[in-house]
Amino acid sequence: MQGFWAPRRIVMAAIAAGIVVWCVLALNWTWLADPKYQGLILQGIWTTIWILVVTMVLGMLLAIPLGLAQAAGPWWLAMPAAGFCGLIRGTPLLLQLWLLYYGLGSLFPSIPWIRQSDLWPILRQAWPYAVLALSLSVAGYEGEVMRGAFKGVPHGQLEAAKAMGMPRFTIFRRIWLPQALRRVLPTLGGETVLQMKATPLVATITVIDIYAVSSRIRQDTFVVYEPLLLLAVVYMAIAGVIVLLFRWLENRVPQKTA
Amino acid sequence: MSGLELLAWEAPGWGAALAAGLLKSVLIALGAFSLGLLIGIGGAYGKLYGGPVTRDLLAVYTTIVRAVPELILILILYFAFTSSINNLLLAWGFERIQISGFVAGIAVLGVVQGAYATEVLRGAILSVPAGQIEAARAMGMPPLMLAWRVTFPQMLAAAIPGLANLWLIATKDTALLAVVGYAELTLVTRQAASTTKAFFTFFMAAGLLYLCISILSTLIFGRIEAWARRGQVRQEGR
Repeated sequence: MQGFWAPRRIVMAAIAAGIVVWCVLALNWTWLADPKYQGLILQGIWTTIWILVVTMVLGMLLAIPLGLAQAAGPWWLAMPAAGFCGLIRGTPLLLQLWLLYYGLGSLFPSIPWIRQSDLWPILRQAWPYAVLALSLSVAGYEGEVMRGAFKGVPHGQLEAAKAMGMPRFTIFRRIWLPQALRRVLPTLGGETVLQMKATPLVATITVIDIYAVSSRIRQDTFVVYEPLLLLAVVYMAIAGVIVLLFRWLENRVPQKTA
Repeated sequence: MSGLELLAWEAPGWGAALAAGLLKSVLIALGAFSLGLLIGIGGAYGKLYGGPVTRDLLAVYTTIVRAVPELILILILYFAFTSSINNLLLAWGFERIQISGFVAGIAVLGVVQGAYATEVLRGAILSVPAGQIEAARAMGMPPLMLAWRVTFPQMLAAAIPGLANLWLIATKDTALLAVVGYAELTLVTRQAASTTKAFFTFFMAAGLLYLCISILSTLIFGRIEAWARRGQVRQEGR
């Protein structure tokens, strides 16, 4: 970090501060004072964060078997898994989201036992489809990453465990999975940021995340740029938190570097 | 009408509309990818050989673009780009013009692609053995010729996998233009689907089209990579 505050950086920081001050003074931020919008903004940020966390966790839980099937499974498991990953990675997320929301959303009401089931009040809302589409997307991308991670674990370790008479599931739980997860940890931070960048798409199917809130403010108040700038700042802040969180996580995992 | 009739080419079917949307998507992806490559080459050289201020500015550019969702960048740039061009034109005494969604889409996605391409190409340039570039410099080769004859051909092999990935991202990011109301494949599909209520038929057809692009691109980039790696010693066990 030595020499970070070189003269040019001080000048640039001053210019950046000047731009921020200009933005605060010259642009129209009166809508931020409205308690109605404050509440909406906080709720929107909360929705974005929980969708991000839930879909990352669900997606990773799906990605582990997908990666394992491709790395070590028989062909009748490996082929469908590879096909699924290719399908998810080869089509736009927006299309997948709309397919699930509009497609399933138009199919379900026509099936009587779904309409009468206790799940119907939930299935009528938009968020289950958002969570499903985003989780499947994570599963597709991370399944490919996990495949590489499982393959990267030195084979000798698995053979040693087998030779010691360790049961197969214990080998997986104690040796294979922990080492594979440790390998993906550096990638996972970046992938989580990418996933965060995909979350505003859920606004297109009427989930009220922070992006939808800003669109609503723009429509209500006819303020064009300011809500977008606020959005950019919010997302950059979330991205910063994710990066710091994963850096902290990586430091906690003991790693021996040769 | 049933499934396949809906996809027919002629008027009651939506085949021609989907094909037009696909063409627009591909053209925008091509334009954005090319623009991104140009920005990326400039950015990579700027990051590696530029002065300290250039490097810092490029770092700010790549960091911001990679931390803010594409959708929001598209919205900000879409409005900022069109309104600032119009302001410039008005200031110079010209008429205000309507900027087509096509040009704006290419410009916006190109700026996004440029940030990622900068990182990919920077890594690729670093993979060229420094001794070769130094040797060329020592022989008095002018910088452009050096780039064309020494750096580019050798960095290509290292850059192709990253660029292939970027191209696939470009094709999929064109779908985001649907949100700002540009009639590319995804928006046309949604219009067709909501008109006919055949959601599965249309979204799956569009998915298949995107999948075809991605499979075809993977094959083509595989060929290009093999060509770029010609003459390289193949490493054992790869």
